[in-house]
Amino acid sequence: MIDRRLADLVPPFLLGLVFLAAWELVVRAANVPAIILPAPSAIAARFVVSVPTLAADFWQTIKGVLAGYVLGCGSGLVVAILVDRSDFLRRGLLPFGNLVSALPIVGIAPIMVMWFGFDWPSKAAVVVVMTFFPMLVNTVAGLESASSMERDLMKTYAATDWQTLTALRLPAALPFVFNALKVNTTLAMIGAIVAEFFGTPIVGMGFRISTEVGHLGIDMVWATILVAALTGSAFYGLVAAIERRVTFWHASFRRREA
Amino acid sequence: MTETASMFRPAADGFGSPRSPEPAIEVSDVSLRFETRDGPVHALSHVQLKVARGEFVSFIGPSGCGKTTLLRAVADLETPTLGDIRVEGMSAEEARLKRRYGYVFQAPALYPWRTVARNIALPLEIMGFAKPEREARVKKGLELVNLGGFGNKFPWQLSGGMQQRASIARALSFDPDILLMDEPFGALDEIVRDMLNQQLLRLWEVTGKTVLFVTHSIPEAVFLSTHIVVMSPRPGRITDIIACNFPRDRQLEIRETPEFLAIANRVRHGLRAGHSYDG
Amino acid sequence: MKSLLPITTVVLAVLAIWYVAAATLNADLQRDAYANAGRTDYSTAELIVDSLNMERPKLPGPHQVASEMVKSIVVISPTSKRSLVYHGLITLEETLIGFAIGAALGIGLAVVIVSVRWLDRSLTPWLIASQTVPIIALAPMIVVILNQFDITGVAPKAAIAAYLSFFPITVGMVKGLRAPDPLQLDLMRTYSASQSQTFLKLRAPMSAPYFFASMKIGAAAALVGAIVAEVTKSEDGGLGARLLAGSYYGQTVQIWAALFAAAALSAVLVGIVGLVGRIAEHRMGFVR
Ligand SMILES: Nc1ncnc2c1ncn2[C@@H]1O[C@H](COP(=O)(O)OP(=O)(O)OP(=O)(O)O)[C@@H](O)[C@H]1O
Ligand SMILES: [Mg+2]
Repeated sequence: MIDRRLADLVPPFLLGLVFLAAWELVVRAANVPAIILPAPSAIAARFVVSVPTLAADFWQTIKGVLAGYVLGCGSGLVVAILVDRSDFLRRGLLPFGNLVSALPIVGIAPIMVMWFGFDWPSKAAVVVVMTFFPMLVNTVAGLESASSMERDLMKTYAATDWQTLTALRLPAALPFVFNALKVNTTLAMIGAIVAEFFGTPIVGMGFRISTEVGHLGIDMVWATILVAALTGSAFYGLVAAIERRVTFWHASFRRREA
Repeated sequence: MTETASMFRPAADGFGSPRSPEPAIEVSDVSLRFETRDGPVHALSHVQLKVARGEFVSFIGPSGCGKTTLLRAVADLETPTLGDIRVEGMSAEEARLKRRYGYVFQAPALYPWRTVARNIALPLEIMGFAKPEREARVKKGLELVNLGGFGNKFPWQLSGGMQQRASIARALSFDPDILLMDEPFGALDEIVRDMLNQQLLRLWEVTGKTVLFVTHSIPEAVFLSTHIVVMSPRPGRITDIIACNFPRDRQLEIRETPEFLAIANRVRHGLRAGHSYDG
Repeated sequence: MKSLLPITTVVLAVLAIWYVAAATLNADLQRDAYANAGRTDYSTAELIVDSLNMERPKLPGPHQVASEMVKSIVVISPTSKRSLVYHGLITLEETLIGFAIGAALGIGLAVVIVSVRWLDRSLTPWLIASQTVPIIALAPMIVVILNQFDITGVAPKAAIAAYLSFFPITVGMVKGLRAPDPLQLDLMRTYSASQSQTFLKLRAPMSAPYFFASMKIGAAAALVGAIVAEVTKSEDGGLGARLLAGSYYGQTVQIWAALFAAAALSAVLVGIVGLVGRIAEHRMGFVR
């Protein structure tokens, strides 16, 4: 099992190495100016000397990301369960939620900065709005996902609505909930970083990117993007790992001899 | 409708042992129509049926003749368009709310996030049984269907037949008076089927439950039942009801006897008649 | 049609909440304004009405946004820089060019990935990982780099729109082209079908629902890309530039109007893609 997984990692790892080597070579051979594309080695060097700055930016941004993520996902889940009780509300809110999910919500960033100030709460507010609707829509769909036979079974037990919810519909909705949780990790990062383009105290990944771009400190921009990429992947990986543990029974994970 | 149909139209006064005056299940002139996009489907048409307590009634008929629909109507999972269904003197809905029957679906319908044992415990949890009682019943149920060592497995780790057995244990776990079984053994091999047939028969003999049992197998129907209801499609209706008066403690060997074969033949004729309408 | 009443109710409820929120949020500002003007004799009703009609409110009332939109879409000539039509068209152009490029590249890469085994094994994990990276962070840098090459105007923004729609489209299409199950693929093998036959007769048609789903996501992503790009390079106009200008000068009504214009644009784009998809899927028998 473990061996297989490791073996699966070899080709992408090799491709990554080849890609980095090619990048380094091209930059050196063609003498590409650092303000256009710095070599990976230059980015790495910049990264190492800037660890304190990058760490401070990371903490500043992650505060908004996490606070917004928890609030947005949490309220989306709760509202979905409440809405689910009423067919009327579900029918009214679902098209609305679907519409809003497809909108460029990051655009509210300047408004949130005006309302909640430059510091991380305004970023958290953007993230709340961005993550709320995907969670709402997915959870509502998930609560509907139990098969009719599974529901009939609960009916033959004369189960109450609450029992049907806790014993059948919520567990059946979990894969959908996790889907939203995963999508929302990326949305949360995007929301927080873009909101920082609209104003922050002088720290934060979005702030770093926009100011360094202004000074043509492109190596620092890349170093910050590296941090953002690692953070985003780690965040996603964490949620995916929890998903694997909680919804191990779902068809996409299960193994007969597990 | 047609001559054959009226010839076999069952008597409305019912059948079965006279031990109890009130029938366990009484279906009076039930019709059920599904409205689909391509027009109405007459799944059941003027169905009359009385089942006394303790009877074992099998339903047999070509695919699409309304066997599942009839069972679902008795379980209050479908509502008849016309007619009335009474279960133990109550309406079908009351009987469902009073949890009078256990239903075994055509597919196992086990919840993949629960172990086999917790699947069997599901109705017990919902009906508020205490934990020790639940554990005892689950253990008994697992043994009854020969799944002793598999309680902690997840359903998707079992074969189809094992899953179906688990779903039977689940239906039996809360000891309902009535069992509604929709092709419970359809997915099993002949040997396991024979074994479960015998076990079901023992269980029925000991507990005196009323069983409605859908099957496509003539020998299975004849072997298990006190009555066999033959159905025919378009519109779904009952064309014959055949009594099978073998002793309750019958053994597999009776399948070789001339009486058995005679009844099996009559069922086969009834089925053929049903099929000829498709023509 | 059964949903008409519920949707109307929800919309009305949202409007009501909005009005209450606007009045509450703006009341303090309005009180300050009264104090500055030396007025103390205002009634509550007056306070509420004035709070909902401030020039630079914290949250403008819906009617203010609506009238600003009417003004900047209908009244002002579309050639003026104060017209939302002017800015909307710029954004739309960038979005459409970017989306077309992103979709072409995304689909192309997906086809290559499912056909070339070694690429699949080495590239797919990176593609999936790319989904978890906030790639939008790259947008300002791309604008600057392209600027170094004298690429300005629509091009850098379309590039970002393309690049933002590219990843979700690739991922969706790889999934779609992989949608046939082993049994269906085995069937093609029993016919000893060539790779291209399998592709044309099985993979491509099977991927149609995924295609339209990823097109919808891609269109929305392209618009977000265009808007964010406009924020980072605002001198050429566009809805993102309107947002940024509004936030510089505290013109909240203008921000909201631009926001709604962007929302409408996105809804129309996604709606058109969705409609085409619905019709096509219907014809192909994916939905009954
Ligand atoms: N929910 C439904 N909507 C529309 N038509 C239905 C529905 N359920 C069943 N039918 C139709 O009713 C008829 C009877 O179906 P039913 O499932 O009762 O057949 P059956 O005798 O159990 O068949 P099988 O032996 O294949 O299980 C069929 O023609 C079927 O197409
Ligand atoms: Mg059936």
